[in-house]
Amino acid sequence: MANNIQTEIEKLKKQIVYLGAAVQENMQNSVKALWGKNPDLARKVIATDKDEIDRMEISVEEECLRLLALHQPVAGDLRFIVTVLKIDNDLERIGDLAAKIADKVILLHDIDPVHFAADGMQIPEMFNAMFAKTIWMFQNTMEAFVNEDTDLAYKVCLEDDEVDRAKGAIRTEMEEIIMRDPAQQVYLAKLISVARSMERIADHCTNICEDIIYMAQGKIVRHHIMR
Amino acid sequence: MSTPDTAIIRIENPQVEVENLNLYYGSSQALKDLTFGIPGQQVTALIGPSGCGKSTLIRCINRMNDLVDGLRIEGAITINGENINDPGLDVIELRRKVGMVFQKWNPFPKSIYENIVYGLRIAGIQDKAVLDEAAEKCLKRAALWDEVKDRLHQSAMGLSGGQMQRLCIARAIAVSPEIILMDEPCSALDPRSTGRIEDLIRELRGEYTIIIVTHNMQQAARISDYTAYMYLGELIEYGPTQRLFTMPEKKETEDYITGRFG
Repeated sequence: MANNIQTEIEKLKKQIVYLGAAVQENMQNSVKALWGKNPDLARKVIATDKDEIDRMEISVEEECLRLLALHQPVAGDLRFIVTVLKIDNDLERIGDLAAKIADKVILLHDIDPVHFAADGMQIPEMFNAMFAKTIWMFQNTMEAFVNEDTDLAYKVCLEDDEVDRAKGAIRTEMEEIIMRDPAQQVYLAKLISVARSMERIADHCTNICEDIIYMAQGKIVRHHIMR
Repeated sequence: MSTPDTAIIRIENPQVEVENLNLYYGSSQALKDLTFGIPGQQVTALIGPSGCGKSTLIRCINRMNDLVDGLRIEGAITINGENINDPGLDVIELRRKVGMVFQKWNPFPKSIYENIVYGLRIAGIQDKAVLDEAAEKCLKRAALWDEVKDRLHQSAMGLSGGQMQRLCIARAIAVSPEIILMDEPCSALDPRSTGRIEDLIRELRGEYTIIIVTHNMQQAARISDYTAYMYLGELIEYGPTQRLFTMPEKKETEDYITGRFG
């Protein structure tokens, strides 16, 4: 039994990478649905989250519990499985946040959308820049996990501040618009929630990276990373 | 002196100190330049694959190896600062101070009571009241009293394996040792009896220094404060058990404890 834990661990690694890929696709689709004003795609995002991502999360968790119970792993194996258990949870939460964005897309569709460009506003560009950063963080988080690359994990953690700043700037911009044209408040309130979801996604990436550092180095850096 | 190695922790004020210990069976070397300290009143586990020298090492601590032909020891083992290989040392007294429990329980073919008081009788104690008190105290200490108090004068051979092993532990503590060596004390016991022995080891910790050889890694992780990993007669890594089982420093240790050995 002792020897095949390596095979089991490889299988578990694949499983969580598949989960990561599904979550990433859903994130991208939610943003695509937002700018494409595509409620059907948004509904698909929500369905995928419920049907696939949540199911995958449970199966990764069950697999971790099975390995812990049957193999009683120690050292690197133990750290790997415990880390996967935590990453699993973060990925599922990121999936939920993508679904939440999709939810807003459906709500926004029912409200008459405002044409930002006509007013010379920067909102879509700001959103795209924030999303690009968030997706960069997510992709590199998964890469850091696969390669146990702690340097990359640290880099991702440091990027979180950028996303926070981007969200702050979007918020300020929106407040200015609302001051000029209070009628847009309902619409923009939904949009700020999208920005908040993205910011939360970036926070989860940071959590995952902190766990990757623990997995590779046995050091718990949570709450201590230099920002 | 061997080179300092961060994978081998330095124990402050060790009770047992092993220094540059080399042991040869004829021309083959079984222990290679071991230098480390064992703390008092704690549990230290020795792990490693068969033939790595764990049992040889603990047998050095009460000089059980003395009778092996062609055996040669270099270096020193001191207990409380006293070199136990000193020719002037009273080996009987050493073995009173350093008790031993073996893989296969070995009660004397006598009554339960006689097993416990045997060491005391040999030491010259004849007072029945003293012996009775010692028997009760040791059997209680070994968590066996409730099970045997009504049949103290029946043969010890009628006990179950787990009970016999606890009897052997009770017999070992009857002569008030400072150190108890255990050579795979649970390897022939079922999980329930193993659990009772492990509970007992945890209880005795704090009062006695326990050095245990075990092939059961989970057992080492559960009961010991410090763990030493040995391979081919060398000490590869030695440190707090929690560290060794979560973040070993040496790859060899990691490979062994995660089952990637060999």
